[in-house]
Order: sequence, then C-alpha cells, then structure tokens
Amino acid sequence: MNQAPLLRVEHLTMRFGGLVAIDDVSFDAGDREITAIIGPNGAGKTTVFNCLTGFYKPTIGRLALHKAGGREFLLERMEGYRIGQTARVARTFQNIRLFPRMSVLENLLVAQHNRLMRASGYTLFGLFGLPVYRQAEAHAVDVARYWLDRIGLTPRADEDAGNMPYGDQRRLEIARAMCTEPILLCLDEPAAGLNARESAELNEMLRFIRDEHKIGVLLIEHDMSVVMKISDHVVVLDYGRKISDGTPEFVRKDPAVIRAYLGEDEDEALPPEVAADLGSRG
Amino acid sequence: MTGHAGPSLKENLKDAGAMALASAALALPLVGFLTVDRAQTIVLEYRFGELLYAVAVIFVGRLLLLLANQGHSPAVLVATGAFSVLWAANAFLGIVAITWPALGWLTWIVFSVIALRAWFFMYQAGRRVKQDASDVAERAGTVIYRLGKYLGPALAAFALVMPLMPFADQRMVDLGILVLTYIMLGWGLNVVVGLAGLLDLGYVAFYAVGAYSYAIISLNWGLNFWETLPLAGAMAATFGILLGFPVLRLRGDYLAIVTLGFGEMIRLILLNWDELTNGPKGMGGIARPSFFGMPFTAAPPEGVTAVHQFFGLNFAPIHRVIWLYYIILAMALLTNWFTLRIRQLPIGRAWEALREDEIACRALGINPTNTKLTAFAIGAMFGGFAGSFFATRQGFISPESFNFLESAIILAVVVLGGMGSQIGVVVASVVLIGGPEWFRDLEAYRMVAFGALMVAIMVWRPQGLLAHREPTIHLRGRQPAPAVAARAPAR
Repeated sequence: MNQAPLLRVEHLTMRFGGLVAIDDVSFDAGDREITAIIGPNGAGKTTVFNCLTGFYKPTIGRLALHKAGGREFLLERMEGYRIGQTARVARTFQNIRLFPRMSVLENLLVAQHNRLMRASGYTLFGLFGLPVYRQAEAHAVDVARYWLDRIGLTPRADEDAGNMPYGDQRRLEIARAMCTEPILLCLDEPAAGLNARESAELNEMLRFIRDEHKIGVLLIEHDMSVVMKISDHVVVLDYGRKISDGTPEFVRKDPAVIRAYLGEDEDEALPPEVAADLGSRG
Repeated sequence: MTGHAGPSLKENLKDAGAMALASAALALPLVGFLTVDRAQTIVLEYRFGELLYAVAVIFVGRLLLLLANQGHSPAVLVATGAFSVLWAANAFLGIVAITWPALGWLTWIVFSVIALRAWFFMYQAGRRVKQDASDVAERAGTVIYRLGKYLGPALAAFALVMPLMPFADQRMVDLGILVLTYIMLGWGLNVVVGLAGLLDLGYVAFYAVGAYSYAIISLNWGLNFWETLPLAGAMAATFGILLGFPVLRLRGDYLAIVTLGFGEMIRLILLNWDELTNGPKGMGGIARPSFFGMPFTAAPPEGVTAVHQFFGLNFAPIHRVIWLYYIILAMALLTNWFTLRIRQLPIGRAWEALREDEIACRALGINPTNTKLTAFAIGAMFGGFAGSFFATRQGFISPESFNFLESAIILAVVVLGGMGSQIGVVVASVVLIGGPEWFRDLEAYRMVAFGALMVAIMVWRPQGLLAHREPTIHLRGRQPAPAVAARAPAR
C-alpha cells in the first residue's frame, strides 16, 4: 500500500539563536505502531516533541499528520492548542503535569473540554441544566470511568490528583491524554521513575492503546527494557541529528548507535593526559 | 507534654523580660512620643504611661504563652479567658470606668488570642497525636466546610430577615449593604483570582466602569435602575475583554502589575475627562431606584404614589435603605448561584485547570486565551453590577471612591476567605468590613487591630480561612452506564 504514514516529519530543524537543537531530522511514525525516539541526554528528543505539539515553532521543516480519510494537517503552521483540538495530537510531559488540586475524575473531564463545551452550548445550555448537556456529561463520566478502570484508579476517583502515588500519576496523565481521543499519542519518558512492576504495567497499557484504540504512539524513553520490548520502530537521535532508524533489532546492532551510547574508541577520544591517568590507575 | 521538666521560672522570666525590652525599644519612638499641633507650633508630648502599659502587657502575654507551651495550658486558659470575659462584660455594661478604652480593647484581643492558643494546646494534647499544625488546620477547614453546608443557607436566611428584626436600625442596615456589596465584589473577583488564578490588582476599575456607566446612562437618557443595570454590566464586561486581549499572555506578577496600572488608568481617565465624567467634582443627582415605579420620597410630585403612601405607612428614610438592602442581597445571591453553577460546567473546570497548569491545558486542546477572557469578562461584569448599585445607592460618585485601596480590600476579602471559596468570601467580608465598624471603640488603633488580624490569619491559615476545595463532580454515587464498550476514537 502506498498510503501516507500517520506522521511524516521532514527536514525538521530547530535553532535557538546559535544553538542547533535539531538538525535536519526526518522520520515517519505509523498508524497503530509504537515509534520510539531514543538518544543520549541532550540529543533533542523533547525538542522534537515540543515542535510536534506546538510549543515551539520549528525553524525549518514540515510536520504532516495524515488522518484516515485523507485529511492532512501541517502541525508547524497550527497554533498550540489547535494541535490538540483539531489535529488530535495528545501528549504527556517528562515532569508530570496533572492538575494536582483537582480530583482525578475532574482531570479526565477537563481533557474532554472541547466536546463538553459544544454540548453545553458554550455554557448557556449547561447553566440551565438542559438534558442535552446532562447526557453529554454523563457520557464524559463514562469515558472517564472506562479509563479509570483501566488504570485501576476508580476507587480513588474523587481524591485530588496530586495525592496519588507517582506511578499512578504517570498513568493518569496518559489516561487524561487518551480522553482527548487522539489519533497520535506522544509520551515523554513515561517510564521515568517507575519500578519494574509499574514499568511492565505501562508496557501492557501502551500495547493496549495501540491494539485496541488503533492509534499511533510516539515515545521518548531512556528505559531500554521498555523500548526494546514494545516498540515497532526506533529512531535514534544524537546531538540533534538522526543517526539510526529501523526496527529494534536493527538499531540495537547498528554501530552508529553503539558509538553514540558507548563512545568512540576511547583512547583516541580522550586527551592524552587523561588517558595516561586512566591507564596508570587501571 | 507535662512529663518532662520544662525550663525553670527564672528562664521564663528572662525570656519574657528580653521580649519586653525589645518591644520597649521598638515602641519608644512609636508609642512614647506624640507630636501635637498647638497654636502653629508643634509640641512633643510624652506618653510613657501608655508605653509602660503596653510593655507590661507584652511581658505578661509572653510569660503566659510560654507557660501554656510548657503544659500549664488549663491554668492559662482559665486566667486569660476569665480576664477576656470579665473585661468585655465590663465594657458593655459599664460597671467600672475605663481610662484608656483603646488600650483596653487591645489587651482584650491579646488575652483572647492567648486563651485560644492555650485551648489549642489542650486540644492537641487531648488528642495525644503529634500532628503538625497545617494538618490540624486542614482538618478544621474540613469541619468548617461540613458546617458550611448549613452555614450558607443559615447566613442567607439571616440576611433575608435581618432588616426586619427589631435591632435593625438604619446604621445596621447600612452596614449590611456595605458588607453585601463587598461580598458581591468578592464573589466577582473570586471568579478571576480564585478560579482562573489570574491575579487582578485593578478590579476596582470594573467597579468604576459600572458606576460611571450607570451614572452617565441614567443622567443622559433617563433610564431607570433595572434598565441600566444590564447595560452597565455589559460595559464593564467589554472593558474586561478590552483589557484582557493584550495582557492575558502575561502571567503571575506581570499580569498583576499590568492590571494594577489599568486600575489607575481608569481612575485617571475619570478624573480628567471633564466633559463626560465631570472630573474630580464627580457626578451627582443619579436616579435612586424606585419600588416598581414608586419613589421613596416624603412628598411625591402630583399624580405619583410614594411607597409609604401605597403601603399606608408613615414616611421613614429607612424604607429606601431596606429596599436597597434587598436589591444588593438579590444581586449577590444571583452572583453566587451563577458562580456555583458555572464551576460545575466545562468552562469553570477549564478555569481551574488553567490555574493549576496552563501548559497542560494547551496540550489538551483548550484555548487558553478565550478561557481566560471569559473569566475576566464575567468577573468584570459582576464588578460592573456592583458599581451600578454603588452609584444608585450613593446618588453621587467621584473618582476618589475607586482608588487602589478598594482593589486591595476586595482582594484581601478573597485571599483571606480562601481562594475559590464562596462561603469564605462571606466570612472574610463580615470580618474585614464589618469588623472595623464594630471596633470603633479602638479609635486610632482600629487599623492596628485590623493589621494584627490579617497577620494572625496569614500565620495560622496561609491558604485562607476556608480553603477546602470540594470536587465539582463525584464518581461515587453515579451509576455506571450499562454497557460502556471500548470505544475506538472517532475519526
């Protein structure tokens, strides 16, 4: 099939003054696939996300999102909130960004804001409690309950989101993103700070999202056990450039990736006095 | 707490002595000297008696606090409580003449606070649980919140019958109107500051816009109160949007500074635009509200029935005051209903979400600018309504009434009440607006007491008196839909 991929990133470049954070990166992310972006710290992974979700305007590049039915959105031209509203790209953050003093359920309802706003006649119907709005609200609560059951937070739905344990907050943030009914879900280090069991649950959840909800997932991750187990496709960045792109097996064996992670031939890379110092100790 | 040997009496005395000495040094120039303007020369008078008295109160107070801390709370509670009760009883019944009523009331406040503190220690010891103060405060907040369910309707019922009670003289009803005006302003600002989290230091600008719109419209076109009210509200909302568009990209401190500037701008425009606003001389002769077309006048013009004639009463100026009271009560209750309702709608939740995390809101596809603008416009609209009421109540307005202090007081009502709490605004208005009226006996020390109260609240409840937030919707008690299928996203 010669169909356009869900997301096609072409020649993405992002400069901050003289600093080139991303340098001519192109890759595709497929529908119903988990695409992982990996790379050492400072490689520009989160910058790619920020460009995709409208927090930065890319210096150069084209970010095309293809919806089923042939509609195309050029994300680099859209205003930040419209990317979530119209193009339906949802994201989570490296440092969790829940609404800590609102309840778990409210967090999930805020995610369904745009649909509820329309149903409430932009507040007018809602103010007088018309049935149209009450049905929409009941439906939104059902959607929230569905995700709460999935992440196991139904019994604590009425507590403040900020009081949840760390692992639950991570999963709640993913559930909140899913409540916007995205077609592409971008997760910024979802496994950071999770223990082995929570990490396994996360893998399970991401597979579920890909297989049952049939959307594309884009993932930044340091935890290789997560990346290698669940990704269908891995993109490796280093110093803002793409150095490898392929299946997990391919990337794992790619010499360029090994060099980026483990360093070049160490004796050559190190200054002579440091090498000598290391040598004398060893 | 009583088990271990505490510091000896000598150590306590030393501590209290040091405290007294420090306060004496501080108070000497502030309390000890008084400049008096006498026949064109300024004379320095000395008030060492008062100084000595104040230092003595501080010494005794410190000693009592220390003792309360060291497990003698019951004794301290009895002593200070007895003093407070006896003194207050004496003040009201007037058995023994009081030389310095102001200082006496200050002492009363100090001892009452110590009594409360001692009770608090006893309460903590009685629970035999080591809890940090914030936890206890949070618990107290929850208890007050539960009471709040009954407190709200109870206060509303009291407000409804208050003017008809035998003790309600004109001064009392006037005070009620003042408190209700601030409650309404507080509720309006609560939408902006408490829910949407936008720190607005220039809220009085919308109050002014409402008042002047009302005055200009009613003077030039002769519309009555009820016809002008929505126009004035719409005008204020328009100004809210006008201000909002350029400044809502700013956050936190920057937004606060710009709104502060906007408040001053409006005041200066009102002061200088002579043709429209009559400048510093102000606008007078603003139409008073009528009772369904009937005026509140002793001698109505030919062919017009005045209210007292209609009801067959003797004319009394209080009738109009009572009618004004009910107007502002109705307006305030409407504001409250609207705010409570809108909190449970998507727009209200989006405001609160914006307050919590704007970046996350953007990522969820919420338009932050529009959402903030609605909060600003609705807050401004209620400010405009309150302004119209102010204009019709006073019959005269001038730019002086809309200075920064007003903004600060309204903000203080919201912050002290607990941001986002509706009942908190009521309690804070009664305390902050009603309190200074009741403490008239304190004379010049009134503002000192006011400041002390604010500091006390900020120390013990930095999140406000009633900061407990109840979720706008609960999952518990809702029936799950019979079949919630796993839904693929609509594309």
